[in-house]
Formats: sequence, C-alpha cells, structure tokens
Amino acid sequence: MDLENQQRIKDLAEKEGAENLVVILGGAEAEASGLACETVTNGDPTFAGPLAGVPLGLACYHVVEEEIKSEVEAEVYEDQISMMEMVIDVDAITEEVKTYRDKYSKYKL
Amino acid sequence: MLKGKKIAILGDRDGIPGPAIEECIETTGAEVVFTTTECFV
Repeated sequence: MDLENQQRIKDLAEKEGAENLVVILGGAEAEASGLACETVTNGDPTFAGPLAGVPLGLACYHVVEEEIKSEVEAEVYEDQISMMEMVIDVDAITEEVKTYRDKYSKYKL
Repeated sequence: MLKGKKIAILGDRDGIPGPAIEECIETTGAEVVFTTTECFV
C-alpha cells in the first residue's frame, strides 16, 4: 500500500476514531487486497511506511463482499461495479480479505 | 450497518476505481472521508 495513503489512513483513524472508520477496497487481485487489509489492521508488513508496527485494527472490507454489496442500492452497484465483478476472482478476494480481517480487525460492521 | 460510519476508500486503477466505490457508498448513509485510486502492484 502506497506510503502516502498509509499516512492518510493513520491520520483519519486518529481524527475520526478507529472504531468509526471503515476501509473499503477495490483491488483487482486477492493477494494485493489481502495485503492492503493486513496493512490497515495489523500494520505495514513490509515495514516501509507510516503504518509499520501500528496495528490500527480497522474494519476493512472489499466492495464486492456481501457485507458491503448488500447495503448498496442495487441499481448503483450494477452500474458501477458489476462489470468488474465479472472479471475479478470474487471468491479468492473475499477469502483473502476475510482472513486478515478475522485475524487482526478489532472492529467489525 | 454502514450508516453513520466514516469511510476511507482505496480503489484500484486495474480493479474498481475509487469514484465507482464512492458512488455506491453514498447510497448507504455512510460518510466518505477519503477516496483514492492507487496502483495496487
């Protein structure tokens, strides 16, 4: 996850309160999405950025996960997401993001 | 469940871009506080 965005997430968690902040991902691949989820929950695993050693424990979901999809107006979801949903591996992404969320998130929806 | 939450969106240039996710989240009653579209690689 890009270093500038790590700093933004860190600042937002302080400003809004970690319990109120939810990170939503749009990554095309399972591995990269999992890595982003790990970064905002357990800290930067590459120890390169501002979140290195900072386990924020944020709630983190991919937009295609049922917890998010089910709350979005169906027509808007259809317009904005459904095309990409057909070309990405939803099951693999869901499994990967959920693995890190279950392990490290202190907050859930 | 999302209603009242503050949302940070990390979109992906090769996946689902930030603004597309933002449009979706705006229908849930949550408040988007940050949107970006990064290259995940």
